[in-house]
Amino acid sequence: MIKTFKRGGVHPHENKISQNAALEQLLPEGIVRIFISQHIGAPAECIVAKGDKVKVGQLIAKANGFVSVNVHSSVSGTVLGMEDVADYQGIKKPAICIQVEGDEWDENIDRSSEINRDLSKSAEEILAKITEAGLVGLGGATFPTHVKLAVPKGKTAKAIIINGAECEPYLTSDHRVMLEKGEELLIGVQLLKKTVNVDKAYIGIETNKQDAIDNLTKLSANYSGIEIVPLVPKYPQGGEKQLIKSITGLEVPDRALPIETGCIVSNICTTFAVYEAVQKNKPLFENSVTITGKNLKVQKNFIVRVGTPLSQLINAIGGFPENTGKVISGGPMMGRAISNLDAPTLKGSGAVLFITKDEAKRGVKSNCIRCSKCVAACPMGLQPFLLYKLAELNMLEDLKEHAVHACIECGCCLYTCPANLPLVDYIRLGKTRAMKLIVKPK
Amino acid sequence: MDKLIISPSPHVHGEFNTKRLMRDVIIALLPAMLVSFWFFGINAIVVVGVSVISCVVFEYLIQKYLLKTTPTISDLSAVVTGLILSFNLPPNLPVWLVVVGCFIAIGVGKMTFGGLGNNPFNPALVGRVFLLIARPVEMTTWALPSTFSLSFDATTGATPLAIIKEGLKNGQTIEQIKESADYTFNYLDTLFGHIGGSLGEVSALALLIGFVYLLVRKVITWHIPVTIFLSVIIFSGTLFLINPDRFIDPVFHLLTGGMILGAVYMATDYVTSPMTPKGMIIYGAGIGLLTIIIRTFGSYPEGMSFAILFFNALVPLINKYIKPKLFGEIK
Amino acid sequence: MDSIILTTVIMLGVLAATLAVVLFVVAQKFKVIEDARIGETENTLPGANCGGCGYTGCRAFAEALVKADDISNMFCPVGGNATMSKVAEVLGKTVEVKESLVAVVRCSGSCENRPRVNEFDGAVSCSVMAATYSGDTDCSFGCFGKGDCVPVCNFDAISINKETLLPEVDENKCTACGACVKACPKFIIELRKKGIKSRRIYVSCMNKDKGAIARKACKTACIGCAICRKNCEFDAITIENFLAYIDADKCRLCRKCVDVCPQKSIIELNFPPRKPRIETQEIKAAGTVNTEVITN
Repeated sequence: MIKTFKRGGVHPHENKISQNAALEQLLPEGIVRIFISQHIGAPAECIVAKGDKVKVGQLIAKANGFVSVNVHSSVSGTVLGMEDVADYQGIKKPAICIQVEGDEWDENIDRSSEINRDLSKSAEEILAKITEAGLVGLGGATFPTHVKLAVPKGKTAKAIIINGAECEPYLTSDHRVMLEKGEELLIGVQLLKKTVNVDKAYIGIETNKQDAIDNLTKLSANYSGIEIVPLVPKYPQGGEKQLIKSITGLEVPDRALPIETGCIVSNICTTFAVYEAVQKNKPLFENSVTITGKNLKVQKNFIVRVGTPLSQLINAIGGFPENTGKVISGGPMMGRAISNLDAPTLKGSGAVLFITKDEAKRGVKSNCIRCSKCVAACPMGLQPFLLYKLAELNMLEDLKEHAVHACIECGCCLYTCPANLPLVDYIRLGKTRAMKLIVKPK
Repeated sequence: MDKLIISPSPHVHGEFNTKRLMRDVIIALLPAMLVSFWFFGINAIVVVGVSVISCVVFEYLIQKYLLKTTPTISDLSAVVTGLILSFNLPPNLPVWLVVVGCFIAIGVGKMTFGGLGNNPFNPALVGRVFLLIARPVEMTTWALPSTFSLSFDATTGATPLAIIKEGLKNGQTIEQIKESADYTFNYLDTLFGHIGGSLGEVSALALLIGFVYLLVRKVITWHIPVTIFLSVIIFSGTLFLINPDRFIDPVFHLLTGGMILGAVYMATDYVTSPMTPKGMIIYGAGIGLLTIIIRTFGSYPEGMSFAILFFNALVPLINKYIKPKLFGEIK
Repeated sequence: MDSIILTTVIMLGVLAATLAVVLFVVAQKFKVIEDARIGETENTLPGANCGGCGYTGCRAFAEALVKADDISNMFCPVGGNATMSKVAEVLGKTVEVKESLVAVVRCSGSCENRPRVNEFDGAVSCSVMAATYSGDTDCSFGCFGKGDCVPVCNFDAISINKETLLPEVDENKCTACGACVKACPKFIIELRKKGIKSRRIYVSCMNKDKGAIARKACKTACIGCAICRKNCEFDAITIENFLAYIDADKCRLCRKCVDVCPQKSIIELNFPPRKPRIETQEIKAAGTVNTEVITN
């Protein structure tokens, strides 16, 4: 039976127009700028100085504390120093700038295309390699992987769940990895299982990627304890809580971590990165990026080095496409609009999406007609229309009472709203305010 | 290069917008409208036309000159109000009363509260009940159906519910009433609309076709209409089983009067119905129960409008206490 | 007839008596004894309930005033010194006289000065915009112009100018309650000393970018050139992160900085129009001539 989660959710047009574009390598030119904070947690500490020569994969910023990750150079060349660089949203953050000179890799990295099937490493060794390689969740949240894999004391993991749902419209990079790097992916799954000491792993894939399901089902015959779970295409199935619900039927308790259900969720690209980090000694300095959009002449799935300027990606598809109204980093449901087209890519940038002018603007806002479509669409069982109003009026106590903390900001409410109310805009604001996450800048 | 557009996520929008929803409701009401044109002729066309036009005009005038806001008549909600109000009126109602009803519906029922989305009561029902209380004679003089005619004269008679009520008052049993001369219908007539009654409520079949359309287009969910029907069947069925001489059977209740029109098109009005499925079920069950109570024990033969208005008033309370279950909620 | 009147009178009389007893008993039972000074203090307060004092309303502030031993740190920005001295009278406590403040908007990035480079299409809210990205101009410090400061003002003192898309403060209405300061996600509104005759000089910019970047983003951006600091005789100007700031306590309102600022980002308010420089010299010259005449 094809599984899914029951409550809420929407199913936007899939528009997976780039799914047949094979992964291609894109090498950066000129200057790359690598942010020292590309993850949730403390920024890494820069350990290179101006004028230093670095190689591909060399550590350039060291993790600063447990919830922090290492950052590696994605190119070989000369360090130009630290500078404040504007990111996709135009917000300036410190980054290490490196002048690209050739493509010389660190000697420890295994660059052969042979698949390393050796699974003899111990859990500690694997975890150490993951920590060393600076892995973060590549599904969008960029949470440090080694922190996620550290099972808290008193809790036991029962299963690993690999998120191959890719429920966001347009995105296809996970799909391509599942097709092209199937075996490496499964070895990555085995490594993850060993790290958290479980026998069972599920790979949840939506049925709109039937070729990926077939490919992995065929390959997984050689690996024990991996089950491929076909899922009904539905957004937000790739959300951690929804995925666990879809596959195991368990609900992550309110205000608790997924480990309460015994499940640890990992993304497809992250799992592939685990394989590369452990078996090939390759730190996370490149990731697959979908470049897609209805007005693009060519659809691409690139493997991009971290810190490559976005403008270079745009050049690689033949220049800035005409009739573009909006550029988005990530998928159309949860991705963030890009205002700075010169910004460098990050570890977590899985897609660059171009939206045409006629689709870019939101509809005209009108009165709430209390149709309750947002309540029906909310996968977390909230009342978006109410939270929206409370957030607009800045009634933080009432927001807390109506469980604004549970909002996963999936955007289903705004997607379905016939009055085009900016529901999730205000709920997101109210959530950060109610949870006192807003910090006054210096 | 033009300026890029920046907005928070999500960057795509679904199929729904207010205008589309309203248009679907209008389409769903079309079969019943055509049936009424067929049976009540030119009278029905005039009432529907005047009602829709005056609702739209009142909304436009009030928004433009009284509230000084941009008129929003293009969202078609005033058209829906006009249609539903006309469906609730006798086909031979004087035109000036229709206009008054529309003024009360839009002016008092909707605009005083802030327009679409803020009215606590279904505007069409406010208009209808106002007319019913203010001009009871005109409002309960029902034209009897005939085949399409262009004549304004119509023979009048009573609705099935009124005949039953009258008969019971005179001490007759249901059996006797059904055999009397006034009672000339069978269930097939009520299905197709060959009975006396308000303009749009006569044909159960036409209204149910619209119901299916609304469900297919996802304009409404099944919760409210189905629970109303179920609660009517259960409650009136119990009464019927207790004493078939005094109480009429559930099928009769379902097919006559404003039951289907009310359950499918008026009780489901977004603005005045609860927000959660659970709340909708409570609301629907309550409306069904209250309708039967009014129909059987009250002095009015029909109780749908009053029941819906009463539960409209309870909706804020239902919304306050019935919340959807939070994902992963710990009991 | 008589009996009807009699019954009515008796009925109403009994009813009235019963209700009176009930009311009396209830009133006694639920009587709340309260410090009378709270009411008195509350009456001296303006009753705006704006929250500018840091309490939820005038009532809460009155309670706090009565409770506190030392009220010199507590201040009602709306009523100002007059109200506070009345409060002090009522409570028999001492208050300090505080200088009255007014809100100033530290951004001059009008549509003309600061071209828009993209278009924001989300909720019309500065806070939502600030959470989304750096803004619709190249200056990531300036005003967003979506008007979060407008509805929070209880005194109708701030409004968005439709042409410049910048907020404007009506200083006659502004009570310096600070609501707009809290509402602004870019922190461009500052409460400054109202000054003698409402005369104020301030740097109307918050841009902390390097000069070249700031200049490119906005015609009136402070580029941190420090010319104003060099010309200030009273040491009132400090420059931090390429941004000048005028200390209102040290400023003597000489207006030299306004004259020298190459970016016109220092603003003077409510000064009389200055006479052109050449004219001034001529008058001086004429004056000398006159004196000479008189002495002669």
